[in-house]
Amino acid sequence: MNVVFDNAGDVALAFAYTLSLFVVAGILSLIFGSVLAAMRVGPIKVLQRAALLYVMLIRNTPLIIVIIFFRFAGPKIGLTFSFVDIQVGDLRLNNLYAACVVGLTVYTTSFVCEALRSGINAVPLGQAEAARAIGLPFSGVMRQVILPQAMRHSLPPMASVQIALLKNTTVCGALGVFEAFARMKGLTNDYASARTEIFLAFALIFVILVEVLSFAANRLERRWRIA
Amino acid sequence: MAASVLFDAPGPKTVRRHRTYTLGAYAVLALVVAFVLYRLQDTGQFAYAKWEPLVTPDIVRVILVDGLLSTLQMAFSAIILAVVFGLVFGIGKMSDHAWVRWPCWVVVEFFRAVPVLLLMVFIFYQFGGVTNGSTGSYWSVVAALTLYNGAVLAEVFRAGVNAVPDGQGEAAYALGMRKSQVMLLILLPQAVKIMLPSIISQCVVALKDTSLGYAIAAAGLSTVSRLVYIDYGNQLQVVAVVAALYISVNLVLTWIATLVQKKFVGEHNPIDLTRAGNMDGGQNTGGGI
Repeated sequence: MNVVFDNAGDVALAFAYTLSLFVVAGILSLIFGSVLAAMRVGPIKVLQRAALLYVMLIRNTPLIIVIIFFRFAGPKIGLTFSFVDIQVGDLRLNNLYAACVVGLTVYTTSFVCEALRSGINAVPLGQAEAARAIGLPFSGVMRQVILPQAMRHSLPPMASVQIALLKNTTVCGALGVFEAFARMKGLTNDYASARTEIFLAFALIFVILVEVLSFAANRLERRWRIA
Repeated sequence: MAASVLFDAPGPKTVRRHRTYTLGAYAVLALVVAFVLYRLQDTGQFAYAKWEPLVTPDIVRVILVDGLLSTLQMAFSAIILAVVFGLVFGIGKMSDHAWVRWPCWVVVEFFRAVPVLLLMVFIFYQFGGVTNGSTGSYWSVVAALTLYNGAVLAEVFRAGVNAVPDGQGEAAYALGMRKSQVMLLILLPQAVKIMLPSIISQCVVALKDTSLGYAIAAAGLSTVSRLVYIDYGNQLQVVAVVAALYISVNLVLTWIATLVQKKFVGEHNPIDLTRAGNMDGGQNTGGGI
């Protein structure tokens, strides 16, 4: 354990990268995922099909291939993200970081869309019919009856998606962002004899982060539950 | 719920409005496609020299044999072992003895929550993967995927056994069967039917995760693609082809899972991976993605 405590500063910085990847990609994927879900349940056929195609293609591609696309294939067609170079405290967010965030966002967006759609699908048919029967317009049906219930139904799958995103940020470590996974690999190279301790320490931090997220989702689910 | 019940059958005015939206959507999509094609053309991505390696027999063989075949082998070995792991720990988690239940619970929760990549690299360096060449990296990937997918499947097994109607177990006890007989003869055979679609869906996850072998240079599509594009500088083309291969294999698996679900389970799958851990105090650890 000493190795991890001796390098506490580096480890903390690494997890700051991990968490920043998680938060940025998480928020972006929530936004784009909602747009995509709206396209999938909306009345315009073209948009339905476009969204379906996106989800089908991205969901079946491994994350690492998506990030490799933005990291190595992107620059070949002038997609370099070189305009990104931000310094936030000790975090340096450069073009590699941007490519990884875009990859994570593109990948997670498709899962967010599916989580939201499954939530909308879980609302009983009668709810929409009853809402329309009492004369609510489309906006009213959605805003006052369907979406509040759909949100509750999509919470568990959405939590699952976001937790998976947290674990998936490690893939960025294999492709150039110096986050937790890359730091663990660096430390185990420097202190080969303490490899097991280093792994257990990093794994434990991940377990704690996951359990915190999971606990929060559980509480939220309980608070939002109807009756 | 089908989208169509969300709104009334559109009247003449709405039909006209939808038509405008549709035209607008077509225009935007066409612009996007045109822009992408223009960029590809502008940067010379359609040049034959960039695609030639991908139709050269030697490289095709490398991609299909060293790449696709190894990927499938890794996924297959991992899922078989994961089913065994999941069966043991899933039943362990349902044990009546606390000293069996708790260790199983700890193991399952740990491996579900730790990122596969961390696990893979640790196994690779710690258990002699480095010194054993391609066999070492192959089994490191398989071991890591077995532990992760096995832990997820343990939850699936438990959820599947819980989904069998209570009366089945009770009736078996009433006939005088022992605990192990009830589990092996009555509950598991019925649970397997319910679990099959989830297990096949987990195959998709395992197959996608074999690509993480990239980090330890295990043979497989992701690693092979790197070798090819480093040699020929055709990143875009190689990534496109490799992604297409992954997508086709996964679509076939998904199609089989849907067929199996229709045949054995019906419209709604009682096993919800996002909730499997939540039913009695376990935690949601993002399994199944």
